[in-house]
Amino acid sequence: MATAARKSTSSKSSSSKAKSSTRSASRSRSGAARDAAPELKAPAPLKFTKDEEFKAYRDMLLIRRFEEKAGQLYGMGFIGGFCHLYIGQEAVVTGMQMALKEGDQVITGYRDHGHMLATGMSPRGVMAELTGRRGGYSKGKGGSMHMFSKEKHFYGGHGIVGAPVPLGTGLAFANRYRDNDNVSLTYFGDGAANQGQVYESFNMAALWKLPVIFIIENNRYAMGTSVARSSAETNLSHRGLSFKIPGIQVDGMDVRAVKAAADMATERCRSGEGPIILEMQTYRYRGHSMSDPAKYRSKDEVQKMRSEHDPIEQVKQRLIERKWADEDELKAIDKEVREIVAEAADFAQTDPEPDVSELYTDIVR
Amino acid sequence: MPTEILMPALSPTMEEGNLAKWLKKEGDQVSAGDVVAEIETDKATMEVEAVDEGTLGRILVAEGTEGVKVNTPIALLLGEGESAEDLDKAAAAPASSGDGPAPAAHEAKDDGGDDEPATAAPAAGEAVADIEARRVPAEGKVHPEPRKVDVAGDPDIPEGTEMVPTTVREALRDAMAEEMRRDGDVFVMGEEVAEYQGAYKVTQGLLDEFGPKRVVDTPITEHGFAGVGVGAAFAGLKPVVEFMTFNFAMQAIDQIVNSAAKTLYMSGGQMGAPIVFRGPNGAAARVAAQHSQCYAAWYGHIPGLKVVMPYTAADAKGLLKAAIRDPNPVIFLENEILYGQSFDVPKLDDFVLPIGKARVHKTGKDVTIVSFGIGMTYALKAEAELSGMGIDAEIIDLRTIRPLDLDTVLDSVRKTNRLVTVEEGFPQSSVGDHIAAQVMQRAFDWLDAPVITVAGKDVPMPYAANLEKLALPSAAEVIEAVKAVTYRD
Repeated sequence: MATAARKSTSSKSSSSKAKSSTRSASRSRSGAARDAAPELKAPAPLKFTKDEEFKAYRDMLLIRRFEEKAGQLYGMGFIGGFCHLYIGQEAVVTGMQMALKEGDQVITGYRDHGHMLATGMSPRGVMAELTGRRGGYSKGKGGSMHMFSKEKHFYGGHGIVGAPVPLGTGLAFANRYRDNDNVSLTYFGDGAANQGQVYESFNMAALWKLPVIFIIENNRYAMGTSVARSSAETNLSHRGLSFKIPGIQVDGMDVRAVKAAADMATERCRSGEGPIILEMQTYRYRGHSMSDPAKYRSKDEVQKMRSEHDPIEQVKQRLIERKWADEDELKAIDKEVREIVAEAADFAQTDPEPDVSELYTDIVR
Repeated sequence: MPTEILMPALSPTMEEGNLAKWLKKEGDQVSAGDVVAEIETDKATMEVEAVDEGTLGRILVAEGTEGVKVNTPIALLLGEGESAEDLDKAAAAPASSGDGPAPAAHEAKDDGGDDEPATAAPAAGEAVADIEARRVPAEGKVHPEPRKVDVAGDPDIPEGTEMVPTTVREALRDAMAEEMRRDGDVFVMGEEVAEYQGAYKVTQGLLDEFGPKRVVDTPITEHGFAGVGVGAAFAGLKPVVEFMTFNFAMQAIDQIVNSAAKTLYMSGGQMGAPIVFRGPNGAAARVAAQHSQCYAAWYGHIPGLKVVMPYTAADAKGLLKAAIRDPNPVIFLENEILYGQSFDVPKLDDFVLPIGKARVHKTGKDVTIVSFGIGMTYALKAEAELSGMGIDAEIIDLRTIRPLDLDTVLDSVRKTNRLVTVEEGFPQSSVGDHIAAQVMQRAFDWLDAPVITVAGKDVPMPYAANLEKLALPSAAEVIEAVKAVTYRD
């Protein structure tokens, strides 16, 4: 099953369909804006420079190794509650982040560790929050699903499916209010795409032309329910059409395709053209959360994805093919990343729990 | 040193499981992410993935073993350059004094720059004990007392200050306009707030003065615009979100409670929502069940919120100004029937009142009547009759539901020894119930009679005029309650 290839074909056909249906409306610029979503095509994957390939490789590897370690610490009982791993989806946040500039905001749901690392939050601060220790980003009071960094413009980390969408739209509202050219990256999943508040947000974002990029991370399963079993319209990039929000499907396993889409979307937003939807076609290798045995899909499906479309392997192959790196150099990166993660894990296990006085702090200020 | 692969827990409650199957055998190369084994519990089968890279050196727990405790080493993984000799060393390590190097699984490294010193690196083979040692115990079980916050009293009103009769509606509008002039980050959003001048005309004139950027008409989309407001507040703006009535805010309660109220705590104090949610609350007249609910007790339940419910125009103005300046989410509960009522408002440049401070509306010695918002109208009507009967009632207007000014209530009860609470909301888990419980716990010995809570009836609000009247509290009920606690017939 050549999933990514099939997906890119379907994205082409869908955008050409959109084209034919909107042709009559797009005679003039203003006419197009009035009557239908502007047609957009997914841009071709970028050709990365050597530096970009290395950066993507290292950033994705950090997320992968971090999440594997988090899974291990969960298994050992250091991490409690819910723990949703991002393994498989690394290219999405990595490629999106490569298009951002200082001040751009990021907000997402509960599968958020990758987003935090991508924004540059420290692995030890994130890991210590996962273990509920005082050195965690929320002093141990937030946990896996509730973490924030004002400094890195990361606005959470939200445990309620769909809730980050109005919030991210509000961040974009603030950008517009302040008349800056920052954009809000509002991430949610294929499951959240069926929440009512998402459409309330689409409406306001389009009505007020807010600089928000709605990134639907379609990893095909809302917990155990596949997109086909939960969605009347499975092309999630079309979910904004009745609000005139253009959308494209992007190969979310290819960091170059993600970056290309991110460049296009941020440019649109910064120039005041309003919101856009990027449906990132991606895949999570692990279960929904740590306690999910993932019986709703076949092992073959997971294995095929891993062996044929792994986002990190793709970059690795290119680095080697172009002779930009040899195995030793890649191993050195791997070692460096492992050390960062090991250090974070160690800190997260040895840092004390929050002082009991923290029970009553940060309730109001 | 070989890395130990431990029996993982599938959930925080799992203590042991069965090792169903080994998918790798001794001598196999293993990469991070490879599935090495399957384990099962009565609920699920899960795969064990390798976290590290290496050669599967030794399987310690055979396939088919049942009841394997979580965190038991189940295999040893050899790193680069390690051999069977290292396995034997690892096996021997538990017998040593435990001063061996850290297992690779932890790769403990002291970089010297940590705020907290790392604990000593544990020995291989002591994984379980090691893990226990790393679980830092909570420092004692005693819960600290919440910090008591001192709230300053009302500002002094200089002698000779002109008192201007003002409706509650005008007072609220003036408060918003003054704060918008003072701070460019303050904006108003909601349904019909701009061009229509407010469904109840509370935002009258704001669009003309401040323009559409700062007075924003929204679609009818409470959940959405409440969330947009909270997001804008996260980014540092100071939204005043008007709900046409709080009855419609039930659509938005998730954003109010989960996003606005909890973020400061969940972020360890990094980020919060300086936002005001305001609008009419409770029963108006003949609008029946779905438009007549009081939310004082609902929002009063939530840590992280402040809840204000003024009665007079002066309180409405001074407290709304305070709410807009407050860095926390504030629920500001108004009442449609009170909008048109006039009260004296001091003519001052900047009249701001403290949130969290009750106001003694009238002093008295025989009984304490505590109320808030429109409930005050019943209390005051009753008081007029009671004084004719020779009962001198002290009337306390709470003004703020959270944080609740219990001290003012307790001081009064210690003086009068009798307490009646009055509110329009439903009786179960009402604000009055909470006050009664607190007074019972903190001033039991001062009470000469059981506290009586007068509230709305335990029924959805009926439409028929006669039934509606019965469903709401009345001055007569307050008088009856006062007579009961003062033992008069």
